[in-house]
Amino acid sequence: MGKQTEGRERRESENPAKPVLRVRDVQGLGMAGPALAGLLVFVAVPFVMALILSGTNLRMGSPLETRFVGIDQYLRVLGDEAFRRALVNNSVFALVVVPLQTALALGLALLLHRKMKGRVLFRTLFFMPVVFPMALVAVVWQVLLAPGPDGLLNSLLGVLSFGAWVPRDFLRDPHFALPAIMLMSVWQGVGFQMVIMLAGRQGVPEHLYEAAAVEGAGSWRQFLHVTLPGMRNTIFFVVVVTTILAFRLFDQVDILTQGGPQNATTTVMYEAVRTTFAEARVARGAAMTVIFFLIVVALAWAQRKLMREEREIA
Amino acid sequence: MNRRHSSGWVSLAASYAILLICAGIFVLPIAFMIVASFKPDELVLREAGTWRALILSEASLDNYGAVFERVSFVRYFINSVFITGSIVLGGLLVNSMAAYAFARMQWRGRNLCFGFVLILLILPFEAIAVPLFYQIIEFGWRNTYHVQIIPFIANAFSVYLFYSFFLQIPREMEEAAAMDGAGPWRTFFTLIVPLAKPAFATVAILSFLMHWGNYLWPLMVVDYDAYRPLPVAIAEFQTLPPIQWGDIMAFGVMMVLPVLLVFLVFQRGFVQGVASSGMKN
Repeated sequence: MGKQTEGRERRESENPAKPVLRVRDVQGLGMAGPALAGLLVFVAVPFVMALILSGTNLRMGSPLETRFVGIDQYLRVLGDEAFRRALVNNSVFALVVVPLQTALALGLALLLHRKMKGRVLFRTLFFMPVVFPMALVAVVWQVLLAPGPDGLLNSLLGVLSFGAWVPRDFLRDPHFALPAIMLMSVWQGVGFQMVIMLAGRQGVPEHLYEAAAVEGAGSWRQFLHVTLPGMRNTIFFVVVVTTILAFRLFDQVDILTQGGPQNATTTVMYEAVRTTFAEARVARGAAMTVIFFLIVVALAWAQRKLMREEREIA
Repeated sequence: MNRRHSSGWVSLAASYAILLICAGIFVLPIAFMIVASFKPDELVLREAGTWRALILSEASLDNYGAVFERVSFVRYFINSVFITGSIVLGGLLVNSMAAYAFARMQWRGRNLCFGFVLILLILPFEAIAVPLFYQIIEFGWRNTYHVQIIPFIANAFSVYLFYSFFLQIPREMEEAAAMDGAGPWRTFFTLIVPLAKPAFATVAILSFLMHWGNYLWPLMVVDYDAYRPLPVAIAEFQTLPPIQWGDIMAFGVMMVLPVLLVFLVFQRGFVQGVASSGMKN
């Protein structure tokens, strides 16, 4: 670093009329400028607007004058039954999908870490759904989830349970609609996490396993005492990313169930979009997205905290 | 090492068994979609619950022809390619330049600006979708291509990925270039960009995966059929009467097949790109 600065200054001092800093300031800002401008106009400003809007009573086409109402919108949103249901649904989705998807991704990654024939083929197969847009996944799964004994999932469950399974109309059954959406989300997303886990597993030094084996540790104890601690950061990363994804849930719900039946699949984002567009309650929609943002911040904060502890131990 | 020798064959067979079952589950929906796309519509639902769902009992290209007759598939496809391509290419240029300015150039306000980018890292698009929608109405941008492109070009995460990569490039090379009198812009475009090819590939793949499936935003800002990208178009198509599942599956196959082929050819690149997104910690 020192050398480069010296070189620069030497060059610049050949021309003493110019102030020392100006050229590089312009060059640096010029280079970062386009990205900074884009982030400012399309990310930072809208976010500040969301904060401001959520403090008003703005509603498109309403004759009422727009004024500040403080935290009224937040109180109303939190008192809204559909929104509370959305928070519960997102949380249930996260509580089921995050452990399931993380465990599945970890399991597949550990199986594929082993040098065996066909591992690239398997890895490719598991990753394939990731290149499917969620909208397409939802459309295809709609047929797989078809009601009656002719539906693929119904008949598969029928065969596996030796006929004990009663065919359901998954997407119109309040008890099965959310689990059906969870299933297709795991199918689409697990390959992505698996690849991250695979990279994390490769980062665990092999000599730790050899040392553990010398001390007589079996596979299970090696997993508990070498693999899990070694992959701790990767696992936290996957957990947090998957949790945030769980709270972003929208596409599948919009295409398959529109939040129904009886709000069984509505989500925070689905409510925010519905409130803003179908009901033109802009301020309320903005308040919902701010609440969504606070959840994401809390999750990211939790991740940081867990990671920091990890560093202190190490 | 010991562990592997002792339990050798049994555990290998068990691994294969689990992997094969999982592979079956992963492939099933894809195989179903492909097979159904060749079948007459009434067979798609009737055979969905039997083994025949995966067998081409009757095959024709009629469904594919019907897709082209009923909607402007080619237009949607070009829309998606153009929109995603513009986001990826524009993003590579703009975000790598910013990252270089943060990683390697000394300028007043750098730390402040970089802090600003780091704070935005945490903001998911959904948190700003509603106000951004009102903003673009003010701009008069509804029903255009650029409304689907410009807001996504500058990306804090891409800047961050490039930044981490540029930090790893040895400084000696830039110092040599500086000795030869190259300014930072020339150093960046002639020296750093060629060196950073893997970083460009990673960011390109991740931003492609992130935006190729965009659904929420085009749903909000595009009402005209002519500007629709594929994800919104297939959601529309599946509700377009008469509902023909064979046609819908043919639409799906044509929508995903080109990407799937690109993925299969460059799968190593895809996998490495995704893997490095988890390494940012």
